[in-house]
Amino acid sequence: MLLFCVSLVFTIQSHSYHKSKFINSANFLTGGVYNSVNNVSSYFNLKSQNQLLAEENKRLRSILHNSEVEIDSIFIDSLTFGESYRFFSSNIIKNSYSLNNNILTLNKGTNDSIKQDFGVISSKGIIGIIDKTSRNYSTVISILNTTSRISAQLKKTNHFGTLTWNGKDPKFTQLIDIPKISPVSIGDTIITSGRSSIFPKGVRVGVIEDFKLDQAENYYEINVRLFNDMTNIEHVYIIENADKQEITNLLSNN
Amino acid sequence: MNSIFSVHTIRFITLVFIQVLILNHINFFGYINPYIYILFIGLFPIKNNRIALILLSFLLGLTIDLFLDTGGIHAAACVFIAYIRPIILKFSFGTIYEHQTIRFNTVEFGSKLTYFTLLTVLHHIVLFSLEIFSISNIILILQKTLFSSIFTILLSVIVTIIFSKESK
Repeated sequence: MLLFCVSLVFTIQSHSYHKSKFINSANFLTGGVYNSVNNVSSYFNLKSQNQLLAEENKRLRSILHNSEVEIDSIFIDSLTFGESYRFFSSNIIKNSYSLNNNILTLNKGTNDSIKQDFGVISSKGIIGIIDKTSRNYSTVISILNTTSRISAQLKKTNHFGTLTWNGKDPKFTQLIDIPKISPVSIGDTIITSGRSSIFPKGVRVGVIEDFKLDQAENYYEINVRLFNDMTNIEHVYIIENADKQEITNLLSNN
Repeated sequence: MNSIFSVHTIRFITLVFIQVLILNHINFFGYINPYIYILFIGLFPIKNNRIALILLSFLLGLTIDLFLDTGGIHAAACVFIAYIRPIILKFSFGTIYEHQTIRFNTVEFGSKLTYFTLLTVLHHIVLFSLEIFSISNIILILQKTLFSSIFTILLSVIVTIIFSKESK
């Protein structure tokens, strides 16, 4: 009996990287608890969240009113894409940034037609990818998760690499596999590359803090300072790529 | 018997809620969190049978895991300390434990501290090594274990002092 319990634990443990279907915070009980607590605790940071939203409104308004004048502007903004992306607004009801594999919980689920592999961004930049969904809640694999892999690129050129996290500092993520030939310099902006069919091209990620060559000396490892303060996020947008089915069909036919 | 049962049920639920709703948001220096819910395992009556304790600790760990999206690491660490608790009891209380006459309100402070320290450190080592799950990061595991343990031990000792006074 004792050994049975221990073995049961380790069975579940061994599946923890596939994240067994029933142990996640998107279920009715934990989602409900987090939601009701969040109803209260969200009042405490209303001010800073309002400020973030006001900043975004200001930015969007300036784009709106300047667009007739600068119609041929090359400015790429994170919220101006074609018709193929749909946006949903949502709130984070559980944030987490101190573990190695951080997972967030949102208050939208399959009732709001949220599905697995939708992208999640905030007004300032990238947050993560939807993992599990229940009827009213969903979990997000944060970019602060050592298993997360997201395609990202330099803003000024098209050299792309993979965005990972080493589990150390929630202010920084690591961009690896950028070719040695690319012109990397400190302070450059990193954006998503749009190659993964989850995120559109041009969602802002962060700026280059420092960089070095990896052991084989063929690729750069870049430390990226995130635009988002991952410890203080509440209002997020979920992105659905309407063409995703078509793209995956095309790729699987090859 | 009935009152003991209800006391432990209330303790179980209260500790889970305190852990999930308050203590996991402390993030002292970015990553240090106390895990005070193991007090439930520590203060479980000694005369009760072991299998009940192990099952309850499994349930406790699993509940924490549910809230934190951590797979099964808390459940594993809880079952581990519940399993080896008799050995720790024997080590820290010596002969009193042999005679099965131990009561947590009456034992001296030093041996109680040893008991909590051992329980906490073992729990945290299992917890963080399963969370990080790589030998190359062993420094990080030990660092997290050390700092979180200090925090947890301090809090659990304070909590036991406060509540044992009240029950007298």
